[in-house]
Amino acid sequence: MQITSPSFKQNARIALKDASLQKALGNLKAGFPVKRAQAVARLPEFDALRDEARDLKNHILENLDIYLEQFESKVQQQGGHVHWCRSSDDACKTILDICRQVDAKTVTKGKSMVSEEINLNDYLEKNGVTPVETDLGEYILQLRGDHPSHIIAPAIHLNLEDVSEAFHQHHHRPKSDDPAVLMREAREMLRKQFVAADVGITGANFLVAETGSTLIVTNEGNGDLTQTLPKTHIVITSIEKVVPTLEDMTLFLRLLARSATGQEFTVYNTLSSGPRRDGDQDGPENFHVVLVDNGRSDMMGGELQDMLRCIRCSACMNHCPVYGAVGGHSYGWVYPGPMGSVLTPQMIGIDKAALLPNASTFCGKCESVCPVHIPLPKLMRHWREKEFEQHLSPRAVRVGIGGWAFFAKRPTLYRWLSRGSNLALRLLGGKKGRIHRLPLGGGWTDGRDMPAPSGKTFMQQWQAQQREQQHPRQEKKS
Amino acid sequence: MSKAEILNNIRRGLKRGEASASQRAAVMARLDARADNLIPRRAQLPQPEQVALFKTMALEAAAELIELDSIEQAPAAIAQWLEQHQIPELVCASDPALQALDWSALGDIARTQRVAQSGDLASLTGSFAGIAETGTLMLYSGATSPTTLNFLPDNHLVILHESRIVGVYEEAWKRLRSATDGAMPRTVNLITGPSRSADIEQKLQMGAHGPRTLVILLIKN
Repeated sequence: MQITSPSFKQNARIALKDASLQKALGNLKAGFPVKRAQAVARLPEFDALRDEARDLKNHILENLDIYLEQFESKVQQQGGHVHWCRSSDDACKTILDICRQVDAKTVTKGKSMVSEEINLNDYLEKNGVTPVETDLGEYILQLRGDHPSHIIAPAIHLNLEDVSEAFHQHHHRPKSDDPAVLMREAREMLRKQFVAADVGITGANFLVAETGSTLIVTNEGNGDLTQTLPKTHIVITSIEKVVPTLEDMTLFLRLLARSATGQEFTVYNTLSSGPRRDGDQDGPENFHVVLVDNGRSDMMGGELQDMLRCIRCSACMNHCPVYGAVGGHSYGWVYPGPMGSVLTPQMIGIDKAALLPNASTFCGKCESVCPVHIPLPKLMRHWREKEFEQHLSPRAVRVGIGGWAFFAKRPTLYRWLSRGSNLALRLLGGKKGRIHRLPLGGGWTDGRDMPAPSGKTFMQQWQAQQREQQHPRQEKKS
Repeated sequence: MSKAEILNNIRRGLKRGEASASQRAAVMARLDARADNLIPRRAQLPQPEQVALFKTMALEAAAELIELDSIEQAPAAIAQWLEQHQIPELVCASDPALQALDWSALGDIARTQRVAQSGDLASLTGSFAGIAETGTLMLYSGATSPTTLNFLPDNHLVILHESRIVGVYEEAWKRLRSATDGAMPRTVNLITGPSRSADIEQKLQMGAHGPRTLVILLIKN
């Protein structure tokens, strides 16, 4: 998809005024966070599991090369193939080659964010292979020429009317305002595609080194039809998804659905281990795993390594006040929300993505709901520092910080200035203590009032407190 | 070669070369141990209570439950369910335990034994385990248990013996490893209720691409 991250501010401004988007985002806020909280409340061990999951991921990353090689050798033992791809380009070419080997005309696809990341659909189409998205949300987006705005609920930015309109145009059937009717329609349309496809491409939530298996988690069952019916199954995935054993995978599965949709367990958890065996009556004859790096191995060893713990549950964006206000498309690339603000600069460059780690109030909610304790605010701060070091911040910001530093290094001046602005703001606030308009503060006051300072500055209060502690009796008498 | 580049880059990040023999041995030992992580207490129960928990959780996941005293009662119960839903046919797995049953109760309902095809209305399969923790079924592929039957038909009927219900996933993995002699089947399916999607306005609809209905025929010990 086209990168629009450099225009995040403009994207966000448009998104805030888009009534239909705001309505759709309301569904998100009323849904996922509430359901997650209920699921967490039902499992007393949830927090202990999160600690174990963090520690296990750290162990995996310390031994990542060993686990990946072990995974590869198990896949090969079972008759499958593993392809290592350094870049998006490598991965696209590898997948096209496999499609050509089996003379594929159409491929069905289960939902895969890695395939979005490498822009696979465009590449296949340009080379004469037709990709068909089968996840209901992704299917709707494909019909509209649209892209996901959320990593597990790709069409969260759309309303019923949008879906109805898209189906009406492409299916040539009467419009309906019943989601059940629309879903039946998609089921019927896609059924033919499932059966006709030459290749099925799915993602993977986990790769199991012990057994050489890939696991996908879906509620719809589209991923299963995608991988079972065609002659060739390609799994596109990334290097940080490997886990040691089935027991270890289980630890993450107990966290994933609860953190994501608030379900106790996702409907279909499917392990795939190579092509069909002797005697099997169905299943693919060829099994390929395409392992994508795309900048991930560069994150090893540094501060960003913690981000490789991510299991793509989406809890961080579901709870993010910024995501909830501007939606996923504002972020301008594949991964939105807090996790995207950390990943996107790594994958498309901080020069293009510098605004994303700044699009955070640092409220810390993302970190507090993360099932693997990724310190997301800290990692966003990492990118802000990089931005400053590389002189990418806008002039106004650099001048502002420079100005602040000038006064901060001169305490007396700083105190006089803060007392002065405190007084000015109190006057501006009037009797109600609310400021409707503030010079240079339109970004705040356009949407809401600014509360006026309530009294004395922090330093004034501190000094008063110190005096009281030193001379308590005298203060009481007066 | 991409593989070498990726692995070397990982090692560079980890500030080491190829893993030492002792580090590799420690990882292999960890893989062989297949140790449990923290297991929630919810399903660590005596077996009869695990059965009860399985039922509760399966119903919560919107599965239908038909309880039977013996496997011999299955054909009649299945016939009744199919008649109620006006389904004139049943596609069965070539599972010997299913073949051995007396199917005369089906009457006019056509019973075929094959993999699933587009348009099939109902399938019948066995299952390897039931997991009480979340009301989850475990099925795996093999010569007499084709996978398409679990996903393609509109309705999926599954036979589960109460004796096959375990508390937690970990117990099911152990049973799987011993049943298949450590070799993974092509696919293992954990199924918790029927197919669904909330991709349109976050409103949950049942029957997205997989079966609209999941019927569990639970056979008493």
